[in-house]
Amino acid sequence: MTVHNIRHGDASDGAFAEAVGGRLSRIDGPAKITGAAKYAVEQQLEGLAYAVLVESTIASGKVRAIDTTAAEVAPGVLQVLTPDTIISLKTAADWFGTPPPDKPYCPLARDITFSGQHVAAVVAETFERAVAAAALVKVSYEETPAIVDLSDGKAGDGIAIDAMTKEWGDAQGAFASAPVRICAAYNTPREYQAPMEPHGLIARWEGDRLTVWEPSQWLDGMARTYAEWFGVPFENVRLVSPYIGGGFGSKALALSHGAVAACAAKMLGRPVRLVMTRPQTFTGYGGRAATRQTVTIGADVQGKIQSIVHRGVNETSIDGMWVEPLGSVTSIMYTTPNFSSKQNVVRVNSVVPGAMRAPGENPSAFGIESAIDELAYEVGIDPLEIRLRNYAEQDPHAKKAWSTRQLREAFAAGAERFGWSRRTPEPRSMRDGNQLIGWGVAAGTYPVRRAYGEALVRILADGSVEVESSSIDMGQGTYTILAQTAAETLGVRADDVVVKLGDSRFPRAGVTGGSRLAGVMTGAVYKAATSALDQLVGLAISDPRSPFHALQANTLVVANGRIASPRGDGPDVSVAELLKSVGRDHIEATGDTMPANSTPEDRYKNYTTIAMSVPHTEGDYSRHSWCAHFIEVRVDEDFGTVRVSRVVSALDSGRLYNPKLAESQWKGGIIMGIGQALLEEGIVDRRHGRIVNNNLADYLVPTNADIPDIEVISVGIPDLHSSVLGGKGVGELAIVGVAPAIANAVFHATGKRIRDLPITLEKLI
Amino acid sequence: MRDFSYVRANSLDAARQAAALPGAMLLAGGTTLIDLAKCGVAEPETLVDIAHLKGLDRIEVNERGATIGALARMSHVADHADIKSRFPAVSEALWQAASAQIRNMATIGGNLMQRTRCPYFRDPANFPACNKRQPGSGCSAIGGVTRGHAVLGISDACIAMYPGDLAVALVAFDAIVHLGERHIPVDDFFLLPGTTPDREHAIEPGEMITGIEIPGSASARRSTYLKIRDRQSYEFAAASAAVGIEFEPDGRTIRDLRVALGGVATKPWRARAVENALKGKVLEPDTVRAASLLAVEGSVDHGANHYKVELAPRVVARAIRKLGETA
Ligand SMILES: Cc1cc2nc3c(=O)[nH]c(=O)nc-3n(C[C@H](O)[C@H](O)[C@H](O)COP(=O)(O)OP(=O)(O)OC[C@H]3O[C@@H](n4cnc5c(N)ncnc54)[C@H](O)[C@@H]3O)c2cc1C
Ligand code: SF4
Repeated sequence: MTVHNIRHGDASDGAFAEAVGGRLSRIDGPAKITGAAKYAVEQQLEGLAYAVLVESTIASGKVRAIDTTAAEVAPGVLQVLTPDTIISLKTAADWFGTPPPDKPYCPLARDITFSGQHVAAVVAETFERAVAAAALVKVSYEETPAIVDLSDGKAGDGIAIDAMTKEWGDAQGAFASAPVRICAAYNTPREYQAPMEPHGLIARWEGDRLTVWEPSQWLDGMARTYAEWFGVPFENVRLVSPYIGGGFGSKALALSHGAVAACAAKMLGRPVRLVMTRPQTFTGYGGRAATRQTVTIGADVQGKIQSIVHRGVNETSIDGMWVEPLGSVTSIMYTTPNFSSKQNVVRVNSVVPGAMRAPGENPSAFGIESAIDELAYEVGIDPLEIRLRNYAEQDPHAKKAWSTRQLREAFAAGAERFGWSRRTPEPRSMRDGNQLIGWGVAAGTYPVRRAYGEALVRILADGSVEVESSSIDMGQGTYTILAQTAAETLGVRADDVVVKLGDSRFPRAGVTGGSRLAGVMTGAVYKAATSALDQLVGLAISDPRSPFHALQANTLVVANGRIASPRGDGPDVSVAELLKSVGRDHIEATGDTMPANSTPEDRYKNYTTIAMSVPHTEGDYSRHSWCAHFIEVRVDEDFGTVRVSRVVSALDSGRLYNPKLAESQWKGGIIMGIGQALLEEGIVDRRHGRIVNNNLADYLVPTNADIPDIEVISVGIPDLHSSVLGGKGVGELAIVGVAPAIANAVFHATGKRIRDLPITLEKLI
Repeated sequence: MRDFSYVRANSLDAARQAAALPGAMLLAGGTTLIDLAKCGVAEPETLVDIAHLKGLDRIEVNERGATIGALARMSHVADHADIKSRFPAVSEALWQAASAQIRNMATIGGNLMQRTRCPYFRDPANFPACNKRQPGSGCSAIGGVTRGHAVLGISDACIAMYPGDLAVALVAFDAIVHLGERHIPVDDFFLLPGTTPDREHAIEPGEMITGIEIPGSASARRSTYLKIRDRQSYEFAAASAAVGIEFEPDGRTIRDLRVALGGVATKPWRARAVENALKGKVLEPDTVRAASLLAVEGSVDHGANHYKVELAPRVVARAIRKLGETA
């Protein structure tokens, strides 16, 4: 019974907006714009109490004493939590599911390893009373010297992460004998996700059942963590997260503030809301780790690379481990016979860094894509040409064929639209009055991360359709593309599909991270919808009450909400009429993309850890998205201010399930890349080990005025090695390569090579 | 919760009386005050809301100059046709300040009274030492992160930068601050930190800004406000200049010149040395560049803010050149 026909057109397919590949607008858009969309912490619950965190004011040492006397008697205060009074939790497994050490976990710290660590919390009848009482909690410390950042004399060389080592050939030897050699160090600072919606939650216990309303990129993973902390069955924890006001990697894990709120709710027997202040979002969880890289390239006089030696360092916290894979792009972007990449991590007194849009690939690309530009000038060839001369025809590291790599096409399409051939090669050769104009290019890539998902599709009595999944939509368009997938598969309008997400009671999904969700969930919905459709057709053919019963057909056609025989010689009824005639009020099917022999344990592991993620180099292929950015900057020769005046980016994300939404995500990534290149930096007071620009007036992200028109071009083709429907990752790709493209453009404009982000004006005057 | 009382003043006198009481603070647009209350810097016992007072939002412009009520909104003043034509620097300074939302809320009186953006000043929980907040407690900024701090007018007690834009234009054109009956030149209204950085304005308890007066002049008519910053909008100045110029009838010789700096000093900074060096001179790029260096005479930097010493004269020179070109 095959009654469906998914079109596998090119990446710009889908003139029909309802279908997969169509430019349907975000179906959650009106609710968000009108304010009707209710975010997690906006739930109105009876008896709600408010928790406010107290944070450490030192970066290193011990809490000597916490004086809560004044806070406890402050008006409206219900409870003051300290490490001594908070209930004890169990340590939860990490996101790989590694069995945790059997020791208690306390979300409030006695040992201080960074400034801004949670040390106490106050719960009160109103938020304002909790804030006021929190200010009355007096914490005294025994302070010890902190390691402030990577450049701290006490920081040392750090820990070698052998798993990051990638080597082939004789990189050092080949470098030594190469006729052209370049060697440079590239640094990126701490950067922050800065989502519009700050982190926060409402926790409510009913007996040993916990409900948590919390913005989440991963309901099932976070539910598992809460369950393990409190020693209750996974099924007892319900996470609800209907809308998310931006995550960028920061909302994938249950964090200590969540544990505090859930403890408070349990101890108090009332639902508790805890929302971080904006300053707390800079220390309550990690942003992107600061990184340092050296890239040495040996080449022949034609610019053919002979050797790349790469060394990387990222910072991590004193007691947590974060590895930002700095060799990830270095090892695959260009072909080279000799290669060596190694990485260390250095412990500093900061919160453990975390995932932020394209962790690893982003800083990695800043290193290699700046270095190859330096090489281009060194040998005197065009920066675009040098990239083509060293084009990797297969994955140089995995030594496997690319599943698809439309990077050459991206370079060609981008260069054409941008007018790259009109570029004059000399730095400082293009100007407009006081404005020095520079054109830069850089490439980017992101691996296709894959996992499995499940979804439920329900056809209702009126012919409309419901889709349920515990996956989420943080603005990337899950609601919309899942409606399109169900609509196309079931032959209904997207308007007739209601997608329900963000509730861990729904069929399960893995993390929304690594740009994997769309590929995973369109596949799951496609499967569920297909089996619902098979059921529907099966009923129509076999049920004695069906008008098609007498037809003895072996298939039927479902389209436009109607069901008919393929040759049009029989009945033609609406799906609703058919369901009525066979006496059913709905049909439903759950579908998943798990391997057929998966056990319940496999499934649990897949949805609640990342251990089952499928490597992007599994099997015969190496799978990645690709992009090329062409960027024009204008640098004021007196003031050193850099303005991005033109961006043309060509991107290969395979088949686009909805080009309109993909384009928006690409543009969002490019905008974030502009911020990274020019503005964003967590500034540490070296005496106190504290971020001082911990608010949105001082930590600058781009405004509309900083963003020119951005042109994005899709050059992808369906890649069925990467996903069921042919798409590759979209969300993280586009930020990768933006910062080096801008730095390269700044060099072309000014003749100054800036290797430390962000490129602020004082670096250019 | 810190309890405070809220009074809505229904006359100027009532407002002044209420504000004279200890712990009382005037509330206009609230864009500075509420923010500082949230940071724990402002802890008013009484808020005296003046936003609804009648008649204080007038903008009047004639041959002699402009008078602007203390409650006029930043956006209204910025967009006022006569302000734009007779005092372009004032309009431009306002347009480039803050964001559209803030400009719609914020008042001219509140704007003059905005406080420094020194991050140490704004974080009492983590940085108890701040002479501006707590006289005698020390200065957390010196020796810390000083990229945004002042290089002119600083003292050993405080190096905080005055962040506003409008007042820079006002200082350039000798505006007068009206505190009811008492009128003082805006340059005298803002105080240097000296040993008392907690005292920022020459305003006494029970006084209130009722308006400002800007004398009309040829140099105000031919004026501009140039604001330099990393982010194209919604950022305080790395350096800025309000400049006005009047030429002799030959169209080249400078008869009158006004120069004031923002983003680099502890108060809106009139650069008279630049004015005096160029008055009577013919406008030539080299002369302008050399004279502009006088803008930062006597500057002292703290390393991370050294760029301001380089930047400010370039901003001044560009602004003067730009006015010269728009003959
Ligand atoms: C994120 C951000 C960015 C900003 N960027 C800029 C910028 O780039 N350039 C710039 O110039 N400004 C900027 N501002 C500051 C902004 O312009 C001021 O907050 C605003 O002008 C204050 O006006 P208000 O009416 O809201 O004052 P309020 O907050 O109501 O009052 C401020 C202070 O003035 C006192 N006060 C108010 N009215 C009077 C009066 N009539 N007499 C005596 N005292 C009075 C109050 O008691 C209070 O102490 C920014 C502000 C923010 C929050
Ligand atoms: S510079 Fe002034 S405002 Fe800043 S900490 Fe020092 S005394 Fe306080």
